[in-house]
Amino acid sequence: MRFPILSVIVLTPIIAGMLILLIPSDRKNVVRYVALAAATIALLLSAWVYFSYDISISGYQFIEKYNWLPQLGISYYVGVDGMNAPLVLLTGVVMFTGVLISWGIDDRPREFFAFLFILASGVFGVFVAQDLFMLFFFYEIAVFPMYLLISIWGWIKTREYAAMKLTLYLFIGSLVSLVGGLAMYFGSGKNTFDMIQLSQANFSESFQIFWFPFVFFGFAVLGGIFPFHNWSPDGHVAAPTAVSMFHAGVLMKLGAFAALRVGIMLLPVGAQHWRWLILILALVNVVYGAFIAMVQTDFKYVIGFSSVSHMGLVMLGFATLNKDGLIGSGIQMFSHGVMTALFFAVVGMVYDRAHTREIGELGGFSKKMPWVAVAFIIGGLVSMGMPGLSGFVAEFPIFMGVWQVKPIIAIIASISIVITASYIIRIIGRVFFGPISEEFDHHVGDVTIKDKVALTILCVIMITVGVYPSIMSNLVSSGVDRILSLFGGA
Amino acid sequence: MGFITNNILSIILFSPTVVALVLLFLPQGGKKLLRWVTLLGCLIPFGFSLLLWFSFKADTPGFQFETQTLWYGAISSSFHLGVDGLSLTMVLLTTLLTPVAILASFSITERVKPYMILFLLLETGMLGVFLSLDLLLFFVFWEVGLVPMYFLINQWGSEKGERELWGGRKVSARTYASFKFMIYTMAGSLGLLLAIQMIGVSFRTYDLTKLFSLFPAVTQLANIPLNLSLETVKTIAFWAFVIAFAIKVPVWPFHTWLPDAHTEAPTAGSMILAGVLLKLGAYGFLRLVLPLYPQEAHLYAGALAFLAVMGIIFGALAAYGQDDFKRLVAYSSVNHMGFVVLGIAAAAYAAGSKDAVLALNGAVLQMFNHGLSAAAMFFLVGVIYERAHTRNLNDFGGLFPLIPVYGGILIFTSMASLGLPGLNGFVSEFLVVRGSWPIFTVFTALSMIGLFFTGAYILKGIKKVLHGPTNEQWVGHITEINLREIIVISPLMFLMLWIGVWPAWILGVINSAMQVLFKG
Amino acid sequence: MVIGSFEPTMVLAILPEILLVVLAGLILAVDAIWKPETKRNLGWLTAGGLLVVMVVSFLVAIPQGQDRLIFGGMLRQDWLSFSFNILFMFAAAITALFALDMKGVGQKGEFFVLMLISTLGMSLMASAADIIMLYLAIETTSIPMYILAGFMTRDDKSTESGFKYLLFGAATSTIMLYGFSLIYGFTGQTNIYQIALSFYNLQFPKIAVIGSLLLILVGFGFKISAFPFHFWAPDVYEGAPTPIAGFLSTASKAAGFVVVLRVLVAIFTPSVAPDWINMLAIVSVLTMTVGNVLALVQKNIKRLLAYSSIAHAGYILIGVVAISQLGLTSVVFYLIAYLITNLAAFGIVVTFSQVVGSDEISAYSGLSRRKPWLALAMMVAFLSLAGMPPLAGFVAKIFVFAAAVKVGLIWLAFVGVLNSIVGLYYYLTVLKYVYLFRSDDEDKPLTISRSYAIALSVLVFGIILVGTLFGPWFNLSTKIASSLF
Repeated sequence: MRFPILSVIVLTPIIAGMLILLIPSDRKNVVRYVALAAATIALLLSAWVYFSYDISISGYQFIEKYNWLPQLGISYYVGVDGMNAPLVLLTGVVMFTGVLISWGIDDRPREFFAFLFILASGVFGVFVAQDLFMLFFFYEIAVFPMYLLISIWGWIKTREYAAMKLTLYLFIGSLVSLVGGLAMYFGSGKNTFDMIQLSQANFSESFQIFWFPFVFFGFAVLGGIFPFHNWSPDGHVAAPTAVSMFHAGVLMKLGAFAALRVGIMLLPVGAQHWRWLILILALVNVVYGAFIAMVQTDFKYVIGFSSVSHMGLVMLGFATLNKDGLIGSGIQMFSHGVMTALFFAVVGMVYDRAHTREIGELGGFSKKMPWVAVAFIIGGLVSMGMPGLSGFVAEFPIFMGVWQVKPIIAIIASISIVITASYIIRIIGRVFFGPISEEFDHHVGDVTIKDKVALTILCVIMITVGVYPSIMSNLVSSGVDRILSLFGGA
Repeated sequence: MGFITNNILSIILFSPTVVALVLLFLPQGGKKLLRWVTLLGCLIPFGFSLLLWFSFKADTPGFQFETQTLWYGAISSSFHLGVDGLSLTMVLLTTLLTPVAILASFSITERVKPYMILFLLLETGMLGVFLSLDLLLFFVFWEVGLVPMYFLINQWGSEKGERELWGGRKVSARTYASFKFMIYTMAGSLGLLLAIQMIGVSFRTYDLTKLFSLFPAVTQLANIPLNLSLETVKTIAFWAFVIAFAIKVPVWPFHTWLPDAHTEAPTAGSMILAGVLLKLGAYGFLRLVLPLYPQEAHLYAGALAFLAVMGIIFGALAAYGQDDFKRLVAYSSVNHMGFVVLGIAAAAYAAGSKDAVLALNGAVLQMFNHGLSAAAMFFLVGVIYERAHTRNLNDFGGLFPLIPVYGGILIFTSMASLGLPGLNGFVSEFLVVRGSWPIFTVFTALSMIGLFFTGAYILKGIKKVLHGPTNEQWVGHITEINLREIIVISPLMFLMLWIGVWPAWILGVINSAMQVLFKG
Repeated sequence: MVIGSFEPTMVLAILPEILLVVLAGLILAVDAIWKPETKRNLGWLTAGGLLVVMVVSFLVAIPQGQDRLIFGGMLRQDWLSFSFNILFMFAAAITALFALDMKGVGQKGEFFVLMLISTLGMSLMASAADIIMLYLAIETTSIPMYILAGFMTRDDKSTESGFKYLLFGAATSTIMLYGFSLIYGFTGQTNIYQIALSFYNLQFPKIAVIGSLLLILVGFGFKISAFPFHFWAPDVYEGAPTPIAGFLSTASKAAGFVVVLRVLVAIFTPSVAPDWINMLAIVSVLTMTVGNVLALVQKNIKRLLAYSSIAHAGYILIGVVAISQLGLTSVVFYLIAYLITNLAAFGIVVTFSQVVGSDEISAYSGLSRRKPWLALAMMVAFLSLAGMPPLAGFVAKIFVFAAAVKVGLIWLAFVGVLNSIVGLYYYLTVLKYVYLFRSDDEDKPLTISRSYAIALSVLVFGIILVGTLFGPWFNLSTKIASSLF
């Protein structure tokens, strides 16, 4: 009987969350340490899965399947392949660093960590799900804790509005895909929600062309695709730091991944038919997101819009439906996840001390928190796609892939690189260098050891993937091959 | 021993990074420790490159000491290193200049640790460009070199001076200079990036050794945008490559970032910037543009030569008009690098001919020589600035009796820069002129005018600083050049003399590479 | 189905109902004997007694083999009647536990007796196979309810609610009776299945069939609070004692749905299905929409839950409209899930208002800090109502939507989806008050008596159980649904 490692990864957070709820509310440190322990377990196990995956065999590994409702063909069915293994690892990393960053939460940390872990379980579940019902089940679990996390611990000015907007938007998106999913279930005639079987169902062309937009765009809402990206910047900004890390770092990947897994992989003909629309919309994401980020005055909004832009690259890669683009998207989901987690962590550290995020008021913070400044610079370089770091490793193949489909789109999209560079440099210069205002000079202190550990982990990951891309690209490539085989080797 | 010879290039390439990692763990306050660890650490790649030099077989064509390992297999890019005569020369230059620059940086007192780490990372970046035999890897190292230099200028650059940005916002001069440097170069490399993508997509490999034979002979490219003809696409790609490198060299009129960057950079930064970084551009021309685009290069060689001559003449004229000593030296780089480009243009036009080889020899040697003399000149400017806290030529005057040793060194270095026979500058400039004359007679003749003005500005510089009536304010207030500084400049002066008197040791290596590389 | 003569085993089949009567009598007697202080235990006695009856049912009354008609065709013994009996008794027991501590309510024996009679009526509704029996059962259910709604005689609102309920209920059941009489007139039969045969064989004019169907639906619609017969619900729920509101919204509604299923499936499917399916679809849409939209503006939590119950009736109707194996299964499953969820929701309202004395939503501010566990239970209940995993409401909604998609009513599924989103909004708003807002009363203790704690725990556990391990419940629902045909 093999150790059910994937189930342990999926269920550890939620069980830990339940345990945390039992701890008396004044024992805050106990809460924190239990949370850290659970996060460590999840991280170690997900790293184990990532590195033990056998690329030579490829296909789905660490499979577990249990009947849930045989009459309707619903099963609890999990497995990893080259596409979702990095995302599982990403979730583990973000969860771990998120716990470290949230150490300072003093208002009901028990509830905070409990809700955060429900979210984490939902995310893990979606990534490893091989059963469509199970995917939806965990997808919804990942949506609603956001409401509470943002509205209770978020930024007072906009948290209620942002939380409600985000939850409703995401709920709509998921339900739209749900209807599509149900249509697929009934349309396949196989009476099963098993996605591997569904991918061989050979839906008719008209069926696929009709249902693909529902399924793809329903999930892509969570991926932040234009014009349904509106919830994202407000949601990012209003959320407390660890939640923003999760939100931009993992949750948006959830949407993109589900769009890939359910939309593209199960309805390949539909995907080919609609790919031009996705290409255009993703391109808008990339360029428009970068432009808007450039004119923001609130530090966090810059990062929020930059996420919209970078997720556009992911979806651009999806739409290419070729090997390079998909490899790039796979790596970009991971790389951007780590990078944006770092960004939001840094924003949080600055805000906690300065109590403002207006770029005009900040300045000279590298004197007070040099480690943070360096970490942010590294993150900024990744964002710009600077070679030697994971951002380049991810973006380059995407551009290669787009080039093969429509070179002009690649040329337009590359404009965003320059825009990104300029606003990143501007932010680094304005926030971390330059003169520091009087009051900050007195009040602002350095960050804690835990914060530094979290930042270091994130930086090391980005540098490692950047310096040695094969540590990730081979794995992703094997996953991509499988996807392409669904298209008849396109 | 076998390990070393098998991996010597990797050792040279990564030892600066390893030293940087070591520095990371050293205490921030121990400035002396940091400086000496860096200096000694820099001598490691230098030592190995000497070893490499002596193990290199000049007569064997092609790349030696090749190593290739898995890097980014999913898109067919590998970690592929190798040297030939051209890159070996550049590697030697880099590994020589870096310790010299570090020694020159001993006077930096603020935030020594990040400074040293950035310098070491910069060295790895530059070495990577020279050693790389994979197009994507080349690009990676090309961009990697930008970031440390940006921060070096931005954080340790000259403190005085203000510039105005669009919108009337005032920023410090060094902020302006570093930003301009970064954005200019990045924008230039954008075209390069797109062209590289196109190549990668079409050939499914980035290995230069393969591309050299595949690309020029290609009859079909994948996914040509907008239905252009193959010729047009290749031309566009050619110009994309050229512009990226032209910005770096710099070729007139893409040189406008250079005076600001060089002037505002800290002394050692300017030394490396002028000494090595500019050579990256020229190297790009030689390693990539000429071999991959022989037809296009031939077609547009005339334009390139024209631009080169403009650089020579205008660079010299601009240098002559400067009051800021450092800016004068900065423009002199434009002037000297113009000769490099002239030589390259000549070779592009008449590839394979004996004259072309001569011109190329001159160009490459000029790269090496200019590296030495520019680094030396910037260093000397830095020496006097540290004492006088001004770079304005009009503030000086008649300093020779006050600081005779400095004066002597300054004159020596200036003469090398000017091209005095017996010193290195003459050899390379002569070769370039000799090689280009049969090919681009008119342009070469015009460049002689440039040489004339070179002499003018050099002598002006010397005169304003050293000769004439002694400026009273410096009496008793200016110290002589010290021992450390003499040690910094000695190897450079030694090489200037040696190459000037007996250039065969280096020309031999260069020549054999040039002969093999461009057979037409 | 043999409409035979009396067999002794038939008594066993209705043993639970008989025991209910016995229990009612026992309560009445005990009420006379016991002193006021011990009267609190009436609730415990009721709950305990119901538990005993449930156990007895399991032992004796489980349907074996064929579904059959008993007592001259009055009742039908099948999984549908059996399971819903258990459910109604469960709901009654929970309600009894919630009502225990209510002043003016929980110490009165009449309260529990009336509740038990009503439960009896519901059981009969579930088993009824004859239209006369059906009418009797409906009245047996409703009349005690009218009284229970107006039980708090000193409270104007309660009296008003009872009265309103009476009027509305009386009117609609009269119309329904007329419909029944028409059917008898056409077919000469009172047994539902015989009527079905007659309709099938004799080919009556469509107008006649549709007409009688419409009249009957008036009565049924009232029971399930479907549009346009939902107007009574908000006022009645608001005014009635909260445990009764909970009981009404769950058990009574479920009984109504069972009847709808039985009658519609048995009598009206073969001949006129397409007509009433479209009609019911419209009703479903209107019910959902009216319920959800009007819930948005409510400030009183009981009214909000009332409108929410109306909306849920709409969702259930989707399953009815998608009349198929899956459709009926989904209806039954939804009823089970909805029953435990709504009971929990109302139970929390009871618990809270006992201490705080207010039913305004704003009074719930800061509940999460005052009594985190109660807030958590509320979150579970409300999220289940919203349809979030891993709770029962999520699975229930998926099955209902799936049923709609399966028969091709995709537009209906989308309407359901859109309505769910509106629903999510107001459920989250309530939770916002609980978790986000602060109040000055946060430090005051909120005591929950044991009865509430037990009841809520059972319900919350049930919600999560049905939401995660839904396999057995789905199988049960399938079995129940198949007994309809």
